[in-house]
Amino acid sequence: MPDHPDFKFEADGARGRLTLKGDWTIHTIRDVSEALHKLTPGTLDTVEADCSALGRLDTAGAYILDRFACRAGAGEIVAVSASDQVESLLDQAAELRPESHDYETAKTEYGFVDLLERTGRTVMHFLEETTATLAFLGETVASMARMSVQPAKMRWTALVSVMEDSGLDAVPIVAFLSFFVGMVIAFIGATTLSEFGATIFTVELVGIAVLREFAVILTAIILAGRTNSAFTAQIGAMRMRQEVDAMVTLGLNPMDVLVVPRAFAMLVMTPVLTMVAILFGIGGGAFVSWLALDINPTVFVNRLQNYVPIENFWVGMSKAPVFGLVVALIGCRQGLLVGGSVQSLGRSTTKSVVQALFSIIVIDALFAIFYMELGI
Amino acid sequence: MSEEIAIKVRGLVTAYGDHKVHDGLDLDVRKGEVLGVIGPSGTGKSVLLRAIVGLKPPAAGTVEVYGKTVSDLSGDELREVQNLWGIMFQDGALFSNLTVRENVMVPMREHTDIHIPLMKQLADQKLRMSGLDDSAGPKFPSDLSGGMRKRAALARALALDPPILFLDEPTAGLDPITAGGFDKLVRELQSALSLTVFLVTHDLDTLAATCDRIAVLGRKKVIAVGTMDELRKEDDPWIQDYFCGPRGRAAQAGAD
Repeated sequence: MPDHPDFKFEADGARGRLTLKGDWTIHTIRDVSEALHKLTPGTLDTVEADCSALGRLDTAGAYILDRFACRAGAGEIVAVSASDQVESLLDQAAELRPESHDYETAKTEYGFVDLLERTGRTVMHFLEETTATLAFLGETVASMARMSVQPAKMRWTALVSVMEDSGLDAVPIVAFLSFFVGMVIAFIGATTLSEFGATIFTVELVGIAVLREFAVILTAIILAGRTNSAFTAQIGAMRMRQEVDAMVTLGLNPMDVLVVPRAFAMLVMTPVLTMVAILFGIGGGAFVSWLALDINPTVFVNRLQNYVPIENFWVGMSKAPVFGLVVALIGCRQGLLVGGSVQSLGRSTTKSVVQALFSIIVIDALFAIFYMELGI
Repeated sequence: MSEEIAIKVRGLVTAYGDHKVHDGLDLDVRKGEVLGVIGPSGTGKSVLLRAIVGLKPPAAGTVEVYGKTVSDLSGDELREVQNLWGIMFQDGALFSNLTVRENVMVPMREHTDIHIPLMKQLADQKLRMSGLDDSAGPKFPSDLSGGMRKRAALARALALDPPILFLDEPTAGLDPITAGGFDKLVRELQSALSLTVFLVTHDLDTLAATCDRIAVLGRKKVIAVGTMDELRKEDDPWIQDYFCGPRGRAAQAGAD
């Protein structure tokens, strides 16, 4: 059991004398460090330390003794009847004095000013991110254009593999979810419209909603959660293990090797997945209409053909490649931004999913305004 | 240097499945010495370190640190023994989500009751002691160079002033000048804090510059222990190759 440390301080003019007792180690110095800190020694020329009753001393103990001498304006502590080790510890502490002791006055400003600062930073960060993403979009489009005129340079294997991973493998989940969403729309339509005796309009409701918005949005959101995060993680892991750097030194352009195949794959596969979502969404709607409203599938399809303009289909499909490109771009960009640490990979993945969802919704709103102005 | 034994390993057997890494290994580390552990790759140098600090429970045999058998202890008693040593892992093993200063403060927070401001100052003192300047404290480990990370890891190992220091490949991956600086630092700290140092290395210059004695692992045992000059006289072919090859002679010349 260590002895409790203690000290006595006497000042005699410009000479201070500390009489030390007990063990001064990191486990025991809590109280003496407080007491020593409260002591106001005035200005001293020398500080002597009587170490005859001192037990053990470690660097922490030596540090607080030296800090005391430092505050008093004295040079190093003169140790009296001390062992060699104690002297060398005190010497070392004196050698390693910090330049300033300003920890206590460190900046702790909270409140309104900080809130404003943070808001400003976030806004600036948002603007910078937007600019950088647009720059990346430009770069990618340029690479894609270059690749289109030189198809021999295209990484076909990578392209097909990404198409399988993020296109074909996503078909079951897209189909399943669309079917259920179609069912939900039909149910809600049926219950609401039956109050007016207009249940037959469920067909238009399902048709327009699924064709124009739900199929493509649902596909985009599934891709943002599934494919976008996978892109970030794949490319991010390659960044972490310096594979991307190796690629650059071998004369390969990461844009061509990593980003362009993914962008092309998404450009092709998102419309296909949207088509799947449309078919299954309408199927879900027709299923509910048949079961709950006695609208048989032939009537459903006929009414769909006669009363739902084909423009709705083209509006929905026109958005699909844009969303696909957004997902690929944000996923790849965040992946390429990953630094050396595991944290940055996690941060980038989260960021890329959030940004992708955000962009999808915003772009969809812009499309809605655009088509409204066009009168479609 | 005294003849008292700080770490006493007797009849140590460690095994992964059927593969025995050590079989009846004996080793003494004296108080206040720097013991270097060398051996061809795969002879279990790092495993020996892990066995001593209790990360790899031995299949048989005992490890005594300051007279206490590590493998028998648990709970508070184990904690107490663990306070006797600080470990610097091969790539530092700094917590990447904490700043360098916070890394050094981790053991202090866990095991002492001193106040946070003093803790910060002590952490900075430890960083200065390891040869880093105050600007390194608020940085994250990923912002530091390899050499600086090793120094930060050394500062964390020394946070509680342990009497024993384990270093696993302290100079691996450093340039010769940085490595030389690190060797000097280890030697200085060892004499200032009268540490017992257990050092696993491949680096002949480190051995020549820092170690009092060297233990050679091979054939699942310690095949020789002694100073560099003593080992040079051993007729084991690996030791001969190791010390009397061109690199060995260069390191010896450098140390003289």
